[in-house]
Amino acid sequence: MELTKENILTLLEEVKDPEIPVLSLVDLGVITGVEISDEGHVTVNMTPTFAGCPAMDYMKKDVERTLDKHGITDHTVIMSFDKPWDSNKISEKGRQHLKEFGLAPPPKYDLILDLDILEHVKCPYCDSENTDMRTPFGPTLCRSMHYCNDCRQMFEQFKPL
Amino acid sequence: MNELAIKDLLYKLADDQLILGHRNSEWTGFGPILEEDIAFSSMAQDKIGHSLAFYTLLQDLGEADPDTVAFTRNANQFHNSQLVELPNGEYDFSLIRHFLYDNAEIIRFEMLSQSSYEPIAKVATKLKGEVKYHVLHANTWIKNLGSSTEEAILRLQASLNEAIPYALGMFESSKYEQELIEAGVYAGEEAVKAEWLKRIQAVIEKTDLKLPDLNSIEPKLGGRYGEHTEHLQPLLDEMAEVFKIDPTAEW
Repeated sequence: MELTKENILTLLEEVKDPEIPVLSLVDLGVITGVEISDEGHVTVNMTPTFAGCPAMDYMKKDVERTLDKHGITDHTVIMSFDKPWDSNKISEKGRQHLKEFGLAPPPKYDLILDLDILEHVKCPYCDSENTDMRTPFGPTLCRSMHYCNDCRQMFEQFKPL
Repeated sequence: MNELAIKDLLYKLADDQLILGHRNSEWTGFGPILEEDIAFSSMAQDKIGHSLAFYTLLQDLGEADPDTVAFTRNANQFHNSQLVELPNGEYDFSLIRHFLYDNAEIIRFEMLSQSSYEPIAKVATKLKGEVKYHVLHANTWIKNLGSSTEEAILRLQASLNEAIPYALGMFESSKYEQELIEAGVYAGEEAVKAEWLKRIQAVIEKTDLKLPDLNSIEPKLGGRYGEHTEHLQPLLDEMAEVFKIDPTAEW
C-alpha cells in the first residue's frame, strides 16, 4: 500500500466508535488530520466528541492498533482540542448509519446551536417530528432521550453540539 | 504574559470542575428518579472531563500530571469556590447549586473562548457547547419545580437562600485580575457576575422563587485562595482513597 493521506483514511474507516459500532471514526468526524512526513512518519490528529467521553482513550488505542496491523508502525496519534469537534462534522454516511442503528442523527445547524431544536427531533423509527425531549442526558454523554408521540416509543438522539 | 496569572486562572477553573464533578457523582445510584440519577452522573463525567482538559493545560505549563495534581494536594492547595465543595444535601440543594454554578460556568467559557491565550480559548470553545446541556437541564428543572407545589417552592427557596452567599463567592477576584483583563485573557469576575445575575434573574422571574437582596449578603470568600469549609478535606480523602493505595498503578 502506498503511504498517502487517502489510504490512511481508508484504513481508519475500519475503526468504529465502540459504543456505536456502525459508525467509523472518520464518519464521526473525530479524525481531524493525517500528515505523512518525507521520512514516512504518520501523524494522526484526533479530537474528542465530549471531553469526558471515556471511549476516547480506547478509540486512540484502536487507531494505533489498526495502523500497526497494516504494517504502519512509525506513527504518532495525537488527541487535542486544536480543531474542536462539533456534531456538524458527522458525515452524511455517518448520519445514515446512525439512523439505521436506531439513533436519531443530530440536526445540522448554522453557526450557533439553539437547543430549542431538541424539542422536535425526528423519530428514527417513523420520521415523525411529533416528539418530546424527556432528558438531555442518556446512556452515554453524547445521547439525549426522546419520546415519539406517533409511534409511541422512546428513542435516543446523538446530541447536537 | 505572566505565567503565574494563567496558572491561577487554570487552577480555579479545573478545581471547580473536579470538585463539583465529584459531588455530582455522589448522586449515582441515589437520584430521586432514574433520569436525574443519570443526569447528575452524566454531568459528573462531563465535569471531570473538563477538569482534565484544564489540568492538561497546566501540565503543558510545567505543573505535575493531572492525576498527581488532582489526587495529591490538600484542601488548602485547592482553588475551587466553596460553593462546589458543600455537601449535596437534599436534591433541592443540589439542583439550586447546579443552577447557580452552571449559569456562571457557561459565561466563563463563552468569555474564555475569546481569550487572547489560545490554548484556553480552544478548550473553552469546545466545553461551552457541552455545558449548554447542563444549563438547559438546570433551568428546565428550576422553572418546573419553582412554580409547582408549595413544598417544592419552599424547599427550593430555602436552598437558594442558603447557597447564594457561597454562589457570590465564585466571583472572588484573583490577585491577577487586572493583569488578566488587560492582557485580554479573561474578562474578569465582575463581568461574569453581572451577566450571571441577568441570566439567573430571567429564570427565577418565571417561578415563584425570589432572589434574595444581594446587597445585604456577605459573600463567602476565600476558596480561590485555599480557604475552605470543613467539607473539602473529607471529600479529597475519599476521592483519592484508591489512588493513594498505589499511586503508580496502571489503570
